[in-house]
Amino acid sequence: MAEAETKTELLFRSIFKRNPIALLVLGICSALATTGQMTTAFVMAICVTLVVAFSSMAISLVRNQIPGSVRIGLQIIVIATLVIMVDQILKAFFFDLSKQLSIYVGLIITNCIVMGRAEGYAIANPPVASFVDGIGNGLGYGFILMSVAFVRELLGSGSVFGVEILPLTTNGGWYVRNGLLILPASAFFLIALIIWILRTADPSQQED
Amino acid sequence: MAEEESLARPFYTVLILAFVCSALVAGAAVGLRPQQEANRDIDRKKHILYAAGLYDPAKSIPEMFAPIETRVVELATGEFVPEDIIRPETYRQLKAALSEDMGRALNKEEDLARVRRLEKYSLVYLVKDGEEIRQIVLPVRGKGLWSTMYAYVALDGDLTTIRGVSFYEHGETPGLGGEVENPRWQGKWHGKKLYNEQGGFSLKFAKGEAATEAAGLHEIDGLSGATLTTKGVDKLMEFWFGDHGFKPLFARLKNSKTIKG
Repeated sequence: MAEAETKTELLFRSIFKRNPIALLVLGICSALATTGQMTTAFVMAICVTLVVAFSSMAISLVRNQIPGSVRIGLQIIVIATLVIMVDQILKAFFFDLSKQLSIYVGLIITNCIVMGRAEGYAIANPPVASFVDGIGNGLGYGFILMSVAFVRELLGSGSVFGVEILPLTTNGGWYVRNGLLILPASAFFLIALIIWILRTADPSQQED
Repeated sequence: MAEEESLARPFYTVLILAFVCSALVAGAAVGLRPQQEANRDIDRKKHILYAAGLYDPAKSIPEMFAPIETRVVELATGEFVPEDIIRPETYRQLKAALSEDMGRALNKEEDLARVRRLEKYSLVYLVKDGEEIRQIVLPVRGKGLWSTMYAYVALDGDLTTIRGVSFYEHGETPGLGGEVENPRWQGKWHGKKLYNEQGGFSLKFAKGEAATEAAGLHEIDGLSGATLTTKGVDKLMEFWFGDHGFKPLFARLKNSKTIKG
């Protein structure tokens, strides 16, 4: 992964070309859990982006000091610190959102994307590039999250960002909500569809 | 990465990094605490208003909360405690439960809600119309499957009809027991009666759909897929609306129809 890339390429390659969810199939669990509503998906995407970017940068800064034998543990410490800080800041300034996201913010620690970028990129690359790579991966993650959440919220709850688009029958409208899309498991189908589309459009992503 | 690693190097790198990180975490936790406390306070008020059916997202919470009277009540006797002895604004109920002089340990038979320790005094919130109590909002808590669940229950002036309920903190499984915070389920509490004609506690949680007929007045649907959480809710209601909870208060309120400040 050491090929010379410009910063813009580094930033955007993770959205379609090397999307962490679609190509690497990382970070699936939070992509299922937080995509019921676009607002939570959006906040989750921002939190993950911040954590990936800053943890990558921090790890890249100390990459020459980290002994190989304990690097995974040290990466986890850095990531956990950042996640706790994000959680505390959310609780202080965006209380309602932090209640909605509840445990998922804490679970960013175990989000494979963060660890994957730290181990796969930041440990061997300079800080600024690692930071940009982190932002890029956060954007790629956010792109999938928002796409899935859009479909799930529109067809499952009849709204987009909490604004009613399709009036539900339960509220006296005409739209019968799709019960499956409210459940987290439905994100599996949507993510699979996105992966299918991406890999058909760009055959180089296909495995084998 | 280092080519030649000494044995001590991993140790001190880990130590230094752990120290820096813990300083950051501690700084964030301590520095942001006042803000978080304020948020929690607002959130609690919101849930009290919500349970009482007075919540309106368009208005500010302190403004809506202003007419609600906060009082401290001695649980065992049902007496209101004058403000100069315990100030309601600064009384921390959960802390009191843990202290030696303000709380006591519950024995196994008493402790239906599995709260372990019970405070001597509880906060209650009164929605009044002149001197008459229109609604009374009570804080309750109890163990579910994984966690202690905290809620407010609002009762009508007759002290037996439920106006509303609002679970505001819990750690139950999202989607199963976590559905205690589902507004639709909480809506089903409205109009149910806690006590039967003889004054005995009679609220029940049905498995599946509750009966709709006369018996349904005392029955609320259980949460599907969350039998143990539902059981916890059932027990906590029985506890808080029994003799160790708010029953003495209700008896006193019924005896003196008008409350003297």
